[in-house]
Amino acid sequence: MQTTVLFAAILFLAAVGYVLGRGRAMAIAGRTRVRLHSLPSYYGYYAALWCALPAFAIMLVWAIAQPHVIDALTIKGMPTEIVSLPPAKLSLVMNDIKNAVENADISADKPEIKAAAEHMAAMRQTASIGLIGACAAAAGMGLLFGVGRIRPQLRARNRVEIVVHVAMAGASTIAILTTIGIILSLLFESLRFFHLVPLGEFLFGLDWSPQIAMRADQTASSGSFGAIPLVTGTLLITCIAMAVAVPVGLFSAIYMSEYAGYRLRSVIKPFLEILAGIPTVVFGFFAALTVAPFIRDFGQSIGLNVASESALAAGLTMGIMIIPFVSSLSDDVINAVPQTLRDGAYAMGATKSETVRTVILPAALPGIIAAILLAVSRAIGETMIVVMAAGLSANLTFNPFAAVTTVTVQIVTLLVGDSEFDSAKTLAAFALGLLLFVITLVLNVIALRVVQRYRERYE
Amino acid sequence: MSDAVAKSAAGSPAGRARMKRRYAAEMRFRLYGIAAIAIAMAFLFLLIGSVGIKGVSALYATEIRLEIFFDPAIIDPDNTGRPSPQADYAQLYRKALLKRFPDVKERRDIADLASMISTGARFDLARMVDRDPKIIGATQTVWLPAEADIDMAEKGQINLSAPESERRVKDSQLKWFSSLQAAGDVEKRFNERFFTSGDSRQPELAGIWSAIVGSFFLIVVTATFSFPIAVMTACYLEEFAPKNHWTEVIEVNINNLAAVPSIVFGLLGLAVFLGFFGLPRSAPLVGGMVMALMTLPTIIIATRSALKAVPPWIRHAAQGMGASPVQVVLHHVLPLAMPGILTGTIIGLARALGETAPLLMIGMVAFIVDIPHTPLDPATALPVQVYLWASNPERAFVEKTAAAVIVLLVFLIAMNGAAVFLRKKFERRW
Repeated sequence: MQTTVLFAAILFLAAVGYVLGRGRAMAIAGRTRVRLHSLPSYYGYYAALWCALPAFAIMLVWAIAQPHVIDALTIKGMPTEIVSLPPAKLSLVMNDIKNAVENADISADKPEIKAAAEHMAAMRQTASIGLIGACAAAAGMGLLFGVGRIRPQLRARNRVEIVVHVAMAGASTIAILTTIGIILSLLFESLRFFHLVPLGEFLFGLDWSPQIAMRADQTASSGSFGAIPLVTGTLLITCIAMAVAVPVGLFSAIYMSEYAGYRLRSVIKPFLEILAGIPTVVFGFFAALTVAPFIRDFGQSIGLNVASESALAAGLTMGIMIIPFVSSLSDDVINAVPQTLRDGAYAMGATKSETVRTVILPAALPGIIAAILLAVSRAIGETMIVVMAAGLSANLTFNPFAAVTTVTVQIVTLLVGDSEFDSAKTLAAFALGLLLFVITLVLNVIALRVVQRYRERYE
Repeated sequence: MSDAVAKSAAGSPAGRARMKRRYAAEMRFRLYGIAAIAIAMAFLFLLIGSVGIKGVSALYATEIRLEIFFDPAIIDPDNTGRPSPQADYAQLYRKALLKRFPDVKERRDIADLASMISTGARFDLARMVDRDPKIIGATQTVWLPAEADIDMAEKGQINLSAPESERRVKDSQLKWFSSLQAAGDVEKRFNERFFTSGDSRQPELAGIWSAIVGSFFLIVVTATFSFPIAVMTACYLEEFAPKNHWTEVIEVNINNLAAVPSIVFGLLGLAVFLGFFGLPRSAPLVGGMVMALMTLPTIIIATRSALKAVPPWIRHAAQGMGASPVQVVLHHVLPLAMPGILTGTIIGLARALGETAPLLMIGMVAFIVDIPHTPLDPATALPVQVYLWASNPERAFVEKTAAAVIVLLVFLIAMNGAAVFLRKKFERRW
């Protein structure tokens, strides 16, 4: 709340700076009859930037530093027997103190916690007053400085444009920072996990049961963490999904691009787009509500024993979800095949289907394979359908009627619910996340490479 | 196919047979294509149909009409003129029901009878009294929500031919209910509560308003973070950036980021925003920031193609008039590309609106009754609400889930419709 008000106040001051700067530039120019270097509004922006940027910088640094500084000072102010506690215990005490500060009605039972809480509340009070003061000073001084520097000769536009440039270049690094953030956070937590469970056991272990202690010597972890059953489960469901999505998607793409007229295309395309836009949680609900019971009943009627959370139900639904993905990517690829190849085939007397099979598909094959790889990577990373329709128990099986579990399902089940952040269970989720990230990244990189090379060939 | 080829091929019997085979293969191939499209369409209609049929019934809720005597002895025992905070409003409808069915005497039967009315009816009655304390001591006709199992029975979603011990509605309750029905005291009315209240453990009281508000905050946060960053990135890469290794790395990186599974972004949010920066769990602010990172590549790619579509002579003309490179982009190219950018942004935000998995990671799966007021309050989002209700074993939540799906789809269709409208209305072909 306070931050919002402060933010708005700085913005208001910056607006004042804009008006003052612009006015001063015009006034000076009018008085001295010297031509301004830039448009008057640039002098306004110049003053506004001088006002806002330092203040925002102070706010940002303050927001990052304040909790750490206050925590350190609080710990320093407490009696030595608490300060010398091990870090885990100390953080529990800090949590108690923070709770006492934030929910004033929770009465702190221990006197030292109460004292520390009061200390902390006082420091927070001081800090917020200090922040307001520092921001006001920075904004005010920046405003005066910026307005004061305005002369007709000042290259205001160039200065403002430098800021614009830096902001744009800065924004473009956020995508990189995101990737680095993903890799670092996954790696960091995974390394902690591999301290508890050896990498070899994780990658090649045949048993996944994170809940129960399996071996007596496994003191650090609470169960066994072999990822193989999860990987096979994921592959099984992905294969089923691909068995649905690839033929249906590919054939509809061929039909749409080679056979269908403009009218049929303009009817079918929006429907495929709707199918592509349906959230995955809706597919999950559909799988659990309609597809799974149907498959179970159908299996029972022909004498098969089908689990109610069968891999088939999840895979089938995931296949439906991926149909539009495969079809639109293949559609692009098929349309990119030059018309001259088709004309040549027709001139040789080939029928349409012969042209498609012997000329277009071979020419488009790399692109189609790339599309399928991207679809596979999407199927592997898909979460909600399998969370809602696939099982939780890790079975090492390739029977599509049995219940299997996947990497993403396990990530969700390990992390949803209350569990401490440092246990092997939560860390295992990050290791699975790393596994998922690496697999999908490899698939994506290969697919994007293929697409790029292929695109260059026909352009 | 040329006539000469056809003639020569049709000349010999073997040629004729071959032609026949080839045409048959052609027909088969065509049929495969039609079948594929038909299968895709059939799945789409099956999905929407099955969810739609299940969900429509949640728009109506069974309500029961009772003559409620607002007994001063219960509401205001100390005769202060104001309702007592300890007043047991359940007594009011319990007494009204007993008056309606005077021959119910046994304790168990009385409990069964009272449980036909939702426990949420207490709050309705309390609200009535709060709004108008003058009704204390008066008798009023009030429609009260029926309990979920009664509602299910009324909607025909409970198999009443099953033996009594295997279903959740008792024979005695059905008897009372049909006598109420015969007297015209039962009606299916528009379920306003579903659209105005938060989540609840009682299916008949559960609503999606808190999830809608949570989704709203989420989308607003996502848009405020992702739109400016994406547009600046795209402008930089498309208009200003030198072509060197660094910009190539950024480009490859953006393309890869677009295909990273959404759950990985959730893990990033958990480790960085919650773990490292210590932001609050379950808050739409964090969810929105994660979604912003997730939608960033989509919007960047859309913005870049919109910028590419602006013809170069616009830039040349502006430069010729003495505009600086930044002015060329900000004053001329960007405004012309805006419809395309906004279309891409809306489509990206629609994806974020339907996304669930990252929100599960950052704890937006809590049971939220209160309506969130700021992006820092704990909240759920519409798709998460769908997930939560779908995993609830109670039968009555199925129709709620389906109805929430319908609401979600309506929002998505509205957003995509807006995107299509923008594209159709403002797109310029050069």
